[in-house]
Amino acid sequence: MSANAAAAGPHRRRLHRWLTAEVTTSPQQASLQRLYFGWLRFRRNPLAMIGLSILLALIVIALLAPWLAHYGSNDQDLYARLKPPSAAHWLGTDELGRDIYSRLIWGSRITLYIACLVAIIAAPVGLIVGTTSGYLGGWTDTVLMRVTDIFLSFPGLVLALAFVAALGPGIENAVIAIALTAWPPIARLARAETLTIRSSDYIAAIRIQGASPLRIIVKHVMPMCVPSVIVRITLNMAGIILTAAGLGFLGLGAQPPSPEWGAMLSTGRQYLIGAWWLAAMPGLAILLTSLAFNLFGDGLRDVLDPRTE
Amino acid sequence: MASETTGATSPLLTVEGLWVRFDTPHRVVEAVRGVSFTLGREKVGIVGESGSGKSMTGRAILKLTPPNAMVQAHTLRFQDVDINAATERDMLAVRGRRISLIMQDPKFSLDPVMRVGDQIAEAVPDGSGTSKAELRERVLDMLAAVRIRNPKRVYGLYPHEVSGGMGQRVMIAMMLMPNPAMLIADEPTSALDVTVRMQVLAILDDLVTQRGLGLMFISHDLNLVATFCDRVLIMYAGRIVEECRAADLHKARHAYTQGLLASLPRINQRRPRLAVLNRDPAWLND
Amino acid sequence: MIVVEDLRVTFGSGDSLVHAVDGVSFRVEAGETFGLVGESGCGKSTILRALCGLNDNWHGAIAVDREVMTPKRPKTFFKKVQMVFQDPYGSLHPRHTVNTTLMEPIAIHGLDQADRRIARVLDQVGLGAAYRFRYPHQLSGGQRQRVAIARALIVEPKVLLLDEPTSALDVSVQAEILNLLSDIRQVARLTCMLVSHDLSVIAHMCHRLAVMNHGKVYEEMSVEDLEAGRARHAYTRQLLQASLGYDRRLAADAAREGLEVG
Repeated sequence: MSANAAAAGPHRRRLHRWLTAEVTTSPQQASLQRLYFGWLRFRRNPLAMIGLSILLALIVIALLAPWLAHYGSNDQDLYARLKPPSAAHWLGTDELGRDIYSRLIWGSRITLYIACLVAIIAAPVGLIVGTTSGYLGGWTDTVLMRVTDIFLSFPGLVLALAFVAALGPGIENAVIAIALTAWPPIARLARAETLTIRSSDYIAAIRIQGASPLRIIVKHVMPMCVPSVIVRITLNMAGIILTAAGLGFLGLGAQPPSPEWGAMLSTGRQYLIGAWWLAAMPGLAILLTSLAFNLFGDGLRDVLDPRTE
Repeated sequence: MASETTGATSPLLTVEGLWVRFDTPHRVVEAVRGVSFTLGREKVGIVGESGSGKSMTGRAILKLTPPNAMVQAHTLRFQDVDINAATERDMLAVRGRRISLIMQDPKFSLDPVMRVGDQIAEAVPDGSGTSKAELRERVLDMLAAVRIRNPKRVYGLYPHEVSGGMGQRVMIAMMLMPNPAMLIADEPTSALDVTVRMQVLAILDDLVTQRGLGLMFISHDLNLVATFCDRVLIMYAGRIVEECRAADLHKARHAYTQGLLASLPRINQRRPRLAVLNRDPAWLND
Repeated sequence: MIVVEDLRVTFGSGDSLVHAVDGVSFRVEAGETFGLVGESGCGKSTILRALCGLNDNWHGAIAVDREVMTPKRPKTFFKKVQMVFQDPYGSLHPRHTVNTTLMEPIAIHGLDQADRRIARVLDQVGLGAAYRFRYPHQLSGGQRQRVAIARALIVEPKVLLLDEPTSALDVSVQAEILNLLSDIRQVARLTCMLVSHDLSVIAHMCHRLAVMNHGKVYEEMSVEDLEAGRARHAYTRQLLQASLGYDRRLAADAAREGLEVG
C-alpha cells in the first residue's frame, strides 16, 4: 500500500489519506474506510489474491467472450475433428470439430450464471430462515429447523437429481435444484450465529429502544451474520460448480450443444484414450474455478469473520 | 530446590530497565518502557489502569509474553537465575516451581475433568521421591493451610463443584505445593465476592509473613493495594511513575497518583463532583 | 415513580430452581436516585431486567409512573424508561457507527429533527460531532459508555436504569462518567436506579439504597445512614468494611467465619 501511495500522484495520496483518516466525517467515509481496511488485510494473503485474480479473469472472459473466442460456441468443422492443440485451435477440437478454447470461453458464462443465480437464491433464503429461526426460537425454530434437517438429510447431488428428474433437464431447473440443496447449511450457520448474537447486550439494548422483532432481525442480527454467510457461500461455490458440472455430465443439466463445462467433460469421456484434451480442458477449467472460489473464500473468511477480528 | 544461600537482605527479584514491545501491522506498541524495581520477602503492589503495562511486567518476569512481544531488560534476575539469559528449558524449572502465578479466574486455570486434590498433587515436581500416601498428606495439609475446612472432602471434588472463592483457594494451594519463593498474583481477588476476597487476602498475607515469600500483587484497586501491601509501585503508560510505602500512598507526590486518588468516590468524604484526572503528556516521559 | 412489590424471578426448574429475586419490594420517588448494592449473583441486575421488560418471566407487581406493568411492554414504555448496560464493549453494535446507533431510537419512535437531536445529545455526553461517524472499535471504553448514555438519552426518558455503568472502566474514567451522569440527571430531571457492587459508587450517586444478597433485600437505608455507619445488618457492615480496603484483623475474623461455613 505504501509503495502504491508513494508512486501515485497527489490524487491517490489524498484518497489514501481520506480512507485512513482517524476521524471519519460522513457515513460514506466510515463504511468505505471499513472496506478499505478489509482490502488491505485481504491483500496480505497471496493465495486469496490468486483466487481473486482467477475469478476476476473469469468474469472478464465471460464479459468479453465475443471478442476473445475465435469461433462461435457451435461452429462445426467436420474436416477438423478431434485435432490436438495447435496454433489454429489452441486447445484442440472436439468430435464435431468445434474449437474447445472458444467453447470453454463461451461456457464460462454458463458457469458464472449458475454460480451467481444459486448464490442469489440460496444465501438470502438461508439467511432469512436461519436468523428468524434463531431469533424467535420456540415453535418457529422447531418447525423451520426440522424442514432444514429434512433437506440436509439428503446428499446434495441426489436431491438435485431428484428435482431435475421431476422438473425436467435444463439449466434453469438445475439452478433451482442446486439452490434447494445449497440453502440448508447456510440456514444452520445463520441460526448458530444468531443464537450467540441474540444474548448479547447490544441486542438487549435495541430491544429496550422498543424495536420490533422484524427490525431487530433485519437491521441488527442480519448484518452480523452476512459476513459468515458470504464466506460460507463462497466456499460452497466450488461444490455448487461441481454439482452443476455433475448434472451436466449426467445429462441432466445443460443440454448439448450448450458449451457447459460438465457436459463437455461428459462427451469428452468417450474419446479419452485417443483425444485426451476433450475431457482434460473442461476438467481443468472446472478445477481452476472451484479452486479459485475456495482460495478466495478462505481469504474472505480471514477478513470478514467476526471471530478473527 | 531453590538456593537459600542468598541472604535475607538481598532481593529475590531484581528488574532493571525492562522493556516490552509489540510489533503490530500499524506501529510498534511499547507496553512496558524501562521498568526497574526489586522485590524482597514482602508484599509489593503494582497498581495502574488498563494498558499501564502492569500485567505485562508480571508476564515478562516469567517469560510468558505473547509470541509477538519483544522483551528486553538490562537485568532480570531471580535469586540465582538470570532470566534474561534463561532458555525455555531453564524457565520450566522456574515457572510454577520457584515463581508461581495466580490469575484472576480459577475457572480457566483448573482442569475440569480432574479432581482438585489430584491437580494439586500434580504440581509437585516429578522425581521428588515422595510416595503416593505422603503426597496425599501434603495436599491435605496444603488445603488446610489455605483454610479449607474439610480437606478430605474437597480433595475429591471436581472444579465445577467448588465455588469461586474455594476455587481460588485451590489455585493458591496448587501454586504453593512446590514451595515457591515468590508469587505473582494478577488481580487474584477481582472475581471474588468481598467476604471471600478478605479470606483469600488473609491467606496471601500469612504466606508472606510466615513462609517468607515475596509477593508481587498486581491490581487496579488503589484502596486495596494501599491497605494490603507493604510497598506500592504506580505504573502509568508502561513506566513506574511513583514508588512509596503503602501506608504513605495518600501522601503521593506524583500528579498522576494524586489524580487517581482524588477520582475515587469515597463513602466517608462525599462530594458533589469527583475530581477528573487531566492527563499531562509530560507524564509519559518524566 | 417506580413501585415494586413482592417481585419474584426464578430460573430453571425442579432441582435446579434458583430464586434469583425472592420477594423484593421498594419504591423510587420521582427525581430520586435509588441504589441497589450487592455482590455478583445477588439478583440486583435481574431486578433491572424485569423492570425494563428484558425479562418477562417474573411475578409480583411493578408500576412505573403510575402505570401497572405487564411482562410485555408497549413501545411508549421504552420512550419513558431507558437503560445503560455494564459492558460498553458489548452493548454497542460492532458494525454500527455512532450515528447509526443513535438513529435507531429516532426511527423507532418516529422522532423529528434527527440531525439536531443527535448533535445535541452527543454534545450533552461530551463527545461532540467528531465522533458521529466512528465505529465502536475506534472508541475507548469511556467514549463507548458515553455513546450508550447518549442512546438512552436521545428519546428523552423519565427513568434511567443504570446497570453497573462504570464497573468495566478505569477509576479515572469512572469519575468522568459518574460526573456526567450526575449532570444529566439534574438537567433532564431523571429518576435513576443504579445497580452496583461498589458501595462507594452507590454512596456517591444515590439518595437511598437497598442492600441485596441471595435475591433478598437485607436492608434499605438513606445514604446519610450509610455515611455515618448506621448499618443494621451484619452483611452491610461487611460490605462497608470491604470497601475501605484490607484490614488484617477483620480479615482474620472473616477467615474464621469462612472456616465455619466453607
